[in-house]
Amino acid sequence: MSRYTGPSISVDPIACTAHGLCAELLPEIIELDEWGYPILADGPVPPALRAQAKAAARACPTLALKLSRG
Amino acid sequence: MTLVTGAMLASDALTSGPISTITPLHQSPIPHAEVVRLLAAWTDDGRADDLTEHEERYGRLPSLLPGRGVRRHLLIDSVRRAGLRGRGGAGFPTAEKLTAVAAAKGRAVVVANGCEGDPTSSKDHTLMQLAPHLVLDGIAVACYAVDAADAVLCLHQGSPALEPMRAALAQRRDPVPVMIAEVPPRYVASESSALVNFLTTGAALPTTGPRAAERGVKGRPTLVDNVETLAHLALIARYGDEWFREAGTQQSPGSTLLTIGGAVTWPGVYEVEYGIPISDALELAGGESESLQAVAVGGLGGTWLPVSVADELPLTHEDFAALGLPLGIPSIVALPAQACGVAETARVLRYLAHESAGQCGPCMFGLPAVAEDFALLAAGRRDRELLDRLERRLGVVPGRGACSHPDAAIGFAARALSAFADDVRAHAAGRPCRWAAQQPWMPLPEEAA
Repeated sequence: MSRYTGPSISVDPIACTAHGLCAELLPEIIELDEWGYPILADGPVPPALRAQAKAAARACPTLALKLSRG
Repeated sequence: MTLVTGAMLASDALTSGPISTITPLHQSPIPHAEVVRLLAAWTDDGRADDLTEHEERYGRLPSLLPGRGVRRHLLIDSVRRAGLRGRGGAGFPTAEKLTAVAAAKGRAVVVANGCEGDPTSSKDHTLMQLAPHLVLDGIAVACYAVDAADAVLCLHQGSPALEPMRAALAQRRDPVPVMIAEVPPRYVASESSALVNFLTTGAALPTTGPRAAERGVKGRPTLVDNVETLAHLALIARYGDEWFREAGTQQSPGSTLLTIGGAVTWPGVYEVEYGIPISDALELAGGESESLQAVAVGGLGGTWLPVSVADELPLTHEDFAALGLPLGIPSIVALPAQACGVAETARVLRYLAHESAGQCGPCMFGLPAVAEDFALLAAGRRDRELLDRLERRLGVVPGRGACSHPDAAIGFAARALSAFADDVRAHAAGRPCRWAAQQPWMPLPEEAA
């Protein structure tokens, strides 16, 4: 179980085209697989990273990355 | 493909109504294989019933007119008590779907999935050719249960079921007319969200988004059920839940159609009770035609099992779940001792990679990569990185696509590694088995095999 509650990030796998910005902006939670597609850590975003997560979602060129209300 | 069923029936008993009263003429020596529900017409005289014969055999459907027949929620309650589970692979409780669609806002749509995309299975095509009216009865019952305004039967372009289903439709007048939609013959096109997408936009591709039950075809609540599931529904509406539970187990009640192929004497489609041990199912198909090493159960999203594990294993959702395995589509492919499970798996993975819709990166790139690793393994390439790389890829792909295609393919690959563990070690050490280049046993469409 996660220690946090609140919003979490998700990716729309059809919309995602592996630009990879998200992993640069949010390396604490997102890493890229060998083909450049994001692998997200499970669970809600730690409070300290929420602003960063919001920025990453906003920066996604295909709007595939989403920050959902938890 | 030869069509055989498990029990012979007395022909004069068949005109007397509910099939629960029918007694087998020749008692089958194999328990769990005596049940003949869906394929009674075939077992009786080797052909499909027309509408009159069908109604004589099974009795008429109870009234499905609002205000006249059984109340909708009571019908759904009966399906719940019957414990009917989907026959398309996932085994989802049918009553839960019916309830969700009936409760959703808007005029519902019923989609009967008769695509049968899995190459190891031919039971749905068999059912539609041999008991088309049972399927159409089931669509009518489902329409009534969820108060649907439209019904669509989805078949692949060129399907052998097109003609018999059209002919059967021409004999009936159902309260909700059934349209036939011809779906492109791609493997993922018959996935539930792909069907909904196809009927809404014309693109037969899986989607992300809300469940079909809430927002399906053109935004309307949609019930997507496999055609065999609907045929069982037609029988539950006639004979009730207690009758339904006379066959099968507590958690996997009823009978199921089962395609048996590979190295058996009489490959074909059989009707069996859930709970039949796999060895008995093989016996039903005349037994092994040569000595076996493993069976593939559940189609291309299923699992390989060494015969030592498979033999006594009952074919039920619960017995498979206890081993952490999906039961999948009811099909068995028997793999002889003189065959290479690693090579068979490599071929399956190449086919599944080829059949990716190419929408989601982890599927589009991950499946070909895993298929390539398996091909190298099958060829006995000495590569110290190979198994580690394969393990890592198997771990990273699942759960990251819009539909379950990548998860199913990866699951099949991962379970092959454990079912053929000894062979895998030998192959990885540069000692492939001598059967690797043989004719394949897993039935796959030609261009991929």
